[in-house]
Amino acid sequence: MKTIEDLKRLREQLKTKNNLRHEGGTQVIVGMGTCGIAAGARQVMTAVLEEVAKRKLEDVKVWQTGCIGMCEQEVLLDVVRPGEPRITYGRVTAADVPKIIAEHVVNGRIVAELAVGKIVE
Amino acid sequence: MREISLHILDLVQNSIEAGATAAKLEIIEDEIGNSMIIRVSDNGRGMNKKMRQLVIDPFITTRTTRRVGLGLPLMDMSTKRCGGYLNIDSIQGQGTVIEAMYQHSHFDRPPMGNLVETIKSILVANPVLQFSYHHIVNNKSLSISSQEITDTLDGIPLTQPDVLIWLHGYLSDNIANLYGGAEDENN
Repeated sequence: MKTIEDLKRLREQLKTKNNLRHEGGTQVIVGMGTCGIAAGARQVMTAVLEEVAKRKLEDVKVWQTGCIGMCEQEVLLDVVRPGEPRITYGRVTAADVPKIIAEHVVNGRIVAELAVGKIVE
Repeated sequence: MREISLHILDLVQNSIEAGATAAKLEIIEDEIGNSMIIRVSDNGRGMNKKMRQLVIDPFITTRTTRRVGLGLPLMDMSTKRCGGYLNIDSIQGQGTVIEAMYQHSHFDRPPMGNLVETIKSILVANPVLQFSYHHIVNNKSLSISSQEITDTLDGIPLTQPDVLIWLHGYLSDNIANLYGGAEDENN
């Protein structure tokens, strides 16, 4: 059974690695309003966290947000790479997540067929 | 919503959108007393009396109430179908307490569902929220707080891959233990 003690040991291991980056990474944002949740946002979030763990992505930040008014396009998932426009993907399923992570988050190539728009900030 | 754990995610998201910096989730399952109580308390901006009555009516949703939308009416309906209730207690400027009750053994009660993923999502994707989770199943109990985890991590983010793997194991083990370590109703 995993405990807080295990986390303490893990922390010590990680601190010696010294390659932790806490700022400036890519952000992945999942819409978690009622509309998003009903459309499967939690499964999408689960898939995102699984990919981050599996691919050992050290500098990805994951957030959840509420309803932004495009309920018919849920599940909405945004990817923001540092210095690049925010890309919104729509009708995302857990099955689409590995592709979005591999193509866009890791390699910087937008998955055009799933994108619904971009926000230039 | 097919699972109670999805309603829980929705309730906590409401708290966040109400500007809460702290949210507490309590789940009390009592099979002898035949009740399952879900309570989410937050320190968000709260609601006045009028708003409190409006939020469970899906057809009186204005722009200002849209942040609540369908979530509470859906849960209200789901509890009432199971001999329970949804109660909203709120003080404007101080916070809100939502309490939902289901008859534990009711035929129509949705399964708890994947509570591990709900708690994990709340913890990981809202790193500044002070979140605590207390769960009682008959005579067993579990308490987890985001404070204890972030203090232990000492600056390492929860999204660190190895930390994510630990968190998944930690939540899965502890929640399974609560249900006697056996496969629960959702597996």
